[in-house]
Amino acid sequence: MANAIIEVSNLEHSFGDVKAVDKVSFTVEEGEIFSFLGPNGAGKSTTINVLTTQLPCQAGTAHVCGFDVRTKRQSVKKSISIVFQDEVLDRDMTVRETLEFHGRIYSMPRAERLAREKELIELVELEQKVNVRTKHLSGGMKRRLEIARGLMTRPRVMFLDEPTIGLDPQTRHKIWDYIKGINEEGTTIFLTTHYMDEADALSDRIEIIDYGKIIATGTSESLKNTLGEDMIYLETGDDVKAAEIARAMSNVTEVKKTSKGLELILNADGSKVMPAILRSIGNESIDILSVKMKKPSLDDVFVHYTGREMRAESAENMFHRRRRH
Amino acid sequence: MGREFLTIYWREMIRFVRFKGQFFAALVQPALWLLLFGIAMTSNFNNDLLQTPTVPGVMSVEYLTFMAAGVMAMTALFTCLFGGMGLLFDKNWGIMKEMLASPMPSYHIQIGVGLGGVTKSFIQVGLIMVFGLVLGVEFFSGFSAWETIIAILGIFAFVMVFAAGFIFLSSGLAMRVESMESVQAMMTLLTLPLMFSSNALYSTSSFPSWLQAISSVNPLTYLVNGIRYFALGNEFTAMGTHYEYTGGDIILSFIVLLVFAGLTFVFAWRAFRTAKVT
Repeated sequence: MANAIIEVSNLEHSFGDVKAVDKVSFTVEEGEIFSFLGPNGAGKSTTINVLTTQLPCQAGTAHVCGFDVRTKRQSVKKSISIVFQDEVLDRDMTVRETLEFHGRIYSMPRAERLAREKELIELVELEQKVNVRTKHLSGGMKRRLEIARGLMTRPRVMFLDEPTIGLDPQTRHKIWDYIKGINEEGTTIFLTTHYMDEADALSDRIEIIDYGKIIATGTSESLKNTLGEDMIYLETGDDVKAAEIARAMSNVTEVKKTSKGLELILNADGSKVMPAILRSIGNESIDILSVKMKKPSLDDVFVHYTGREMRAESAENMFHRRRRH
Repeated sequence: MGREFLTIYWREMIRFVRFKGQFFAALVQPALWLLLFGIAMTSNFNNDLLQTPTVPGVMSVEYLTFMAAGVMAMTALFTCLFGGMGLLFDKNWGIMKEMLASPMPSYHIQIGVGLGGVTKSFIQVGLIMVFGLVLGVEFFSGFSAWETIIAILGIFAFVMVFAAGFIFLSSGLAMRVESMESVQAMMTLLTLPLMFSSNALYSTSSFPSWLQAISSVNPLTYLVNGIRYFALGNEFTAMGTHYEYTGGDIILSFIVLLVFAGLTFVFAWRAFRTAKVT
């Protein structure tokens, strides 16, 4: 069994009357990619800020790399790195200077720093941009530079706060590849995201957080499996009656009314169960207008636990996140 | 103490020379001031009325020479008052988060930025001195080579303490306030009274007593005293005023500046220690 590298117990953080993080407990194991998944304002960044000692630990306990964030701030800071949600770059420093500055304020010996700069510029493929000021880089290149900077000091844990926010799909996949590569080299990754696909593609384990509380936890697979094997979306001429019929069937574990129709959660292979369901509804002379079957996704998990869609809320906020000049 | 503050200093100096327009303005503006304002005022003031009474045996200096010391001091003032502004940019759109998240103690930022402000002031003051001498400013007249070196060192010692005081003040303010506008308003509000209640451009001896009181707590006055003492000697007349400095006056001026720099250091130190950017 792997060692716990982050241990959080009953962590709380309030801004005035607003409780941003409410009695959160979790453990991150060394070498894994751990995701905090939740909508904007769920408390993800606040948790990161406490763990990285940017905010004080108000209540509860948190240990990072074995160091108490309350009493061993310096040791915590030395063993981690952070890729911030907002762009944190000096627009008028070059790519090389950005890495040099970071290495120097972390007191890296010169020879090691120079070797590491070269290595990381190659890793994130910015060889052509070494002497270019960061303001002339594309959004994806800036992100890659920030990731490279975070790796300068070979941290044991890397915190990535919404690493692909505002990036195009191709660039996002590239960033994911880097994150996976870094993790394979042995760095533990603590990731926050409001993108389901990101959490799904990267994480060994996911915690779903909403309104400052952890509402579900597990691997991507196990979270989806809590919803059952398959889901069926139905639109019928009489949803009320159809729901009643579906509820009575043995393989249907849950029936929910949605804005358009019905959502059925099954504990068995949907392709086998669906004909029987449709026959029973048809037998009561209810019209079936539309049928769709799919495997549960993390979106469905989120909706299941919170009763809300996550996407709609996130999309409109996205524009405001990486705010600049 | 670690040497990370040198990294902050290194970045300050990169930024100083990288913005070509700003760099050019920083060097040319004081020279222009000396050239236009200095020569215009000199041609107005150099009539006999303002030159009397001259004290027999005491050097009488032209207005241009008199105000050159003031321009040097005011340039250091402006450079350092606005020198903390960069931190506000770093906070809102730059790498302050990175710096505060690092294990480097935050006072390194203060010291690095302070060193930057002092260096910039040195460069500007040195340039004005050279440019002034070209224009006909009579600094160091009758000094031996050795005395000139001592005088220049003395001037730089005064500029250093003064510059440090104001760069700490503006850095501390930049770390405390949220918006660009409020700092800019504060700076503008500070600049004019500091400038006009000092002895940089004219004598304060005929000020009403309340204005003299303000002048006597104005660090600019003490810097100008120091520069004039080292550049012109302990006794001279200018614009009809007889100036006499004793060694004690100058040591006192230096101590006042040290106290000022000490207070602003503590102010900035606290501002940095409690700084949060999240």
